[in-house]
Amino acid sequence: MRDGMAVVKLDSGYNIGVPPASCTLSERPLPVPPKQLDVVQNRSLPTLAIVSTGGTIASRIDYRTGSVTSQFNASDILTAIPELKEIANYRTIPLATILSENMTPAIWQELARAVHAEIKNGAKGVIVTHGTDTMAYSAAAISFMIDTPVPIVFVGSQRSADRPSSDNAMNAVCAAAAATGDLGEVVVIMHATTNDDTCAIHRGTRVRKMHSSRRDAFRSLGVDPIGVVEYPSRKVSLATGAVRRGKRTLALHDKLDPHCALIQFYPGMSPDLLKAYEDYHGIVIAGTGLGHTGTALIPPLKQLVEGGTLVIMTTQCMNGRVCDRVYDTGRDLLDAGVIEGGDMLPEAALVKLMWVLANEKDKTKAAVLMQTDLKGEYMSRSAHGL
Amino acid sequence: MDYKALGLVAGIEIHQQLDTREKLFCHCPTILREIAEHNGEFCRYLRATVSEMGEIDRAAKEEMKHDRMFRYYAYDTTCLVENDEEPPAPVNDEALAVCLTIGKMFSMTPVPQVHTMRKLVIDGSNTSGFQRTALVAFNGALPDGGQIETICLEEEAAQRVKDEVFSLDRLGIPLVEITTSPCMHSPEEVQKVAEYIGMVLRSTGKVKRGLGTIRQDVNISIARGARVEIKGVQELDLIAEVVRREVQRQQCLLTIRDELRKRGAVVDAATGVEITSLFKETKSAVLKKAKKIHAITLKGFGGLVGREIQPERRLGSEMSDYAKKCGVGGIFHTDELPAYGVTAEEVAHLRTHMHAGEQDCVILVAGASEKQASCAISQVILRAKLALSDKPVPEETRKMLESGSTAYMRPLPGAARMYPETDVLPVLIDNTRWDAVVIPELLTAKAERFVAAYEIERNYALQLAASEKLPLFEQAVTEGIRPKLAVFTILSTTTELRRDGVDIRQIPDRAYLDTWHAVESGSAAREAVPDILRSIAGGSTFAEALTKLAPAVSREELEIIVRRIVTERADFIAEKGRSALGPLMGIVMAEVRGSVDGKVVSGILKSAIEAAVSPKKP
Repeated sequence: MRDGMAVVKLDSGYNIGVPPASCTLSERPLPVPPKQLDVVQNRSLPTLAIVSTGGTIASRIDYRTGSVTSQFNASDILTAIPELKEIANYRTIPLATILSENMTPAIWQELARAVHAEIKNGAKGVIVTHGTDTMAYSAAAISFMIDTPVPIVFVGSQRSADRPSSDNAMNAVCAAAAATGDLGEVVVIMHATTNDDTCAIHRGTRVRKMHSSRRDAFRSLGVDPIGVVEYPSRKVSLATGAVRRGKRTLALHDKLDPHCALIQFYPGMSPDLLKAYEDYHGIVIAGTGLGHTGTALIPPLKQLVEGGTLVIMTTQCMNGRVCDRVYDTGRDLLDAGVIEGGDMLPEAALVKLMWVLANEKDKTKAAVLMQTDLKGEYMSRSAHGL
Repeated sequence: MDYKALGLVAGIEIHQQLDTREKLFCHCPTILREIAEHNGEFCRYLRATVSEMGEIDRAAKEEMKHDRMFRYYAYDTTCLVENDEEPPAPVNDEALAVCLTIGKMFSMTPVPQVHTMRKLVIDGSNTSGFQRTALVAFNGALPDGGQIETICLEEEAAQRVKDEVFSLDRLGIPLVEITTSPCMHSPEEVQKVAEYIGMVLRSTGKVKRGLGTIRQDVNISIARGARVEIKGVQELDLIAEVVRREVQRQQCLLTIRDELRKRGAVVDAATGVEITSLFKETKSAVLKKAKKIHAITLKGFGGLVGREIQPERRLGSEMSDYAKKCGVGGIFHTDELPAYGVTAEEVAHLRTHMHAGEQDCVILVAGASEKQASCAISQVILRAKLALSDKPVPEETRKMLESGSTAYMRPLPGAARMYPETDVLPVLIDNTRWDAVVIPELLTAKAERFVAAYEIERNYALQLAASEKLPLFEQAVTEGIRPKLAVFTILSTTTELRRDGVDIRQIPDRAYLDTWHAVESGSAAREAVPDILRSIAGGSTFAEALTKLAPAVSREELEIIVRRIVTERADFIAEKGRSALGPLMGIVMAEVRGSVDGKVVSGILKSAIEAAVSPKKP
């Protein structure tokens, strides 16, 4: 049924909608779904773990709504993308089947624990399949929660896996190639351009979804991608700045303080809105330009700070860093106790704030941590040419 | 040929591009571009996906036999939807309206709620890997008792530039697909029905015109043969020939099968071997270049692989088409060897090596890799087994070659290639909408009306009704132009200009109307029409063309000219009397250089001569 109409599939394969009253229901046995083939794996290849959370890389039609939804588990991915078998053998962990807009800090924590367990269990790398909408948040969250000696690769697709042109297969193959490679940090691997020839490797704390639908939506901001994977050769090239395998020692710090918020300032924004955040432990503001809000917001922000809320200023420009020492408004914000967030992306700053506040109860020390680079999210130099 | 006795059954699918303002699922214009104008390109792979029923379509599987990278050209008139980088817009309502109109013209029943589907096509012609299509109406009638089964609204595919390169300008132009039932029983009948449906489509005034804007697919079978779908017949005149040749092909395949069985032919896949080293020293460029050569002996097939089944087509051509799906260029078979650089000695050696007797045929395939060669030889084996089977005519989708013969494309697609287009919401067609659909006048009826109303000859009227310039004609008549003047210009003058190499597409309709008004008001001669239009096609405005070719001469000025000429030629008139009119016409017309209609000149001149020859009144 769809909008009050019964959807009928004709022998020709076409669907049409007809009024239910004009239909007679004739029972017939449900079509038997083809048996899933056992995935034969090559044990001599390195072992990777695929943790699936849902998203477009593994989605198919939902008969209830007629729209695309996530239903596959990681094993289905291997059946759909046989090339993966040439790269590694896989353990698959179906963690969640959600669209990424339904992601929560609690699931980030579950994800961190699952990924950590896999690495501890000998996985040479971990692939996390994830919806693209909030993939950057999750990648940042895992960056802070796990010190990893092996690659943790987030991958998804922008065009649904149920279409022949989907970017899912190439992205997954490139992700697997990088996950067996020399990397030692949390990254996002997606199409570098609209072409099916190269994927970019983005640092998990510097990446952002910059287009609603294109394959090459993911971009590193304020920094070059830390590597590329060519397709179909699967050749992985890493930049000198990329953290290498084995550099860090495995550790899990899975505490998060979810009482944090990200607020985008806009002209005319009412100071009253900030009242809703009185109980919050931390707030990231995506301010204008060098890191500003309207002056009307400064008194309530000051109140929040005095009430014990840590307030971090970032810029909605996305590119460039905050500097609240140039204009009066900025200086007033600093006087009110607002902390400059450097060149951190607003989303990465939010996730970091959750992590910092959970791990450091002293507000002054927490503020210092917010201005300290932990996982490549806070850069002291603004490189030119980007 | 007695087609009835052979049990010929045929149906057609007509694909007609619609002349809408925007494409079917995006807001780009529906215009075609020159390849050189492309301002972007990108490359993609496509892979077959499972249907909602969990199967991979057999036709799609066939296209997947070798990995192909497709390259696409984008334009400033295409967008991210054609690039498969953005979800589709809702169904273009203008296109749906035309589709409903056509449905009503064939007395069809509309679907209560239209669902857009994805038809899997992974030959590269659609960036998404599927063609969006929706069933809009069904159960229509043809005047001679035939039936229209369905009308679908589809998006046009991208145009192949060459090999794996496609141009995106055409992708997404709305198409209607009209499918008849298999209700035709002779080649001529098929052609007649196609012509009729084409006429009905053009009657809407909302379809694109010109080569490539309408394509016919023909479904044909004979009683002992099988259903074959022949794609892409662009010229209407070829339809009957295509049907004749397909009947011939199916008959020949049946005869070959009977002959094979009589000989006790067998296809034993186990006789397939790799023989690359056998041709190490060959002069054949193809075999020399090959990394791997595979061969098989087909027992009892000798002479039959090379037998013609259609003009320029043999059983060997069919095997070759199958093998090409693996990426090889074709096959060699001993029925056509020695040739192509393969010597008689090599053939003899090959035959011995393959234990092939007189009645046997050896097939060779040359591949760029072991995978390619073994894929190709297994395709040859598959096709050879079919030739010997109970159904020696395989159900296939075939493409038309220039002459009207056909080549294998892929197996007939099944329902497994249909998948709901989840990004497009269904559209309701309620009674109010259906009742409001107005049926336009058929072109044939229109032609009859022109004959009666404007005294135009019937064959002119039919041509006019079918002409792209019909709306211009109707506008002209509304504006008071004499129908015959407009018809003559539209059907005759433009044809002559085109033959002279004039690009008449450059002439706007308004320029025709202005020119005709100039003739009607006497400010341009009828004789000046071709020159004025030629000048406009060359880039002049109407006003410039008129001044240049027909400088305005007022009636008074004309009368002065006529009076002067009559006075100057008084002796001539005195001698010739009224018959001086003809010669003097030429002199006056030369002087006014086409700026005055001949009729006007002749009227004035006639009365002037009349006055001159009449006895002077006292």
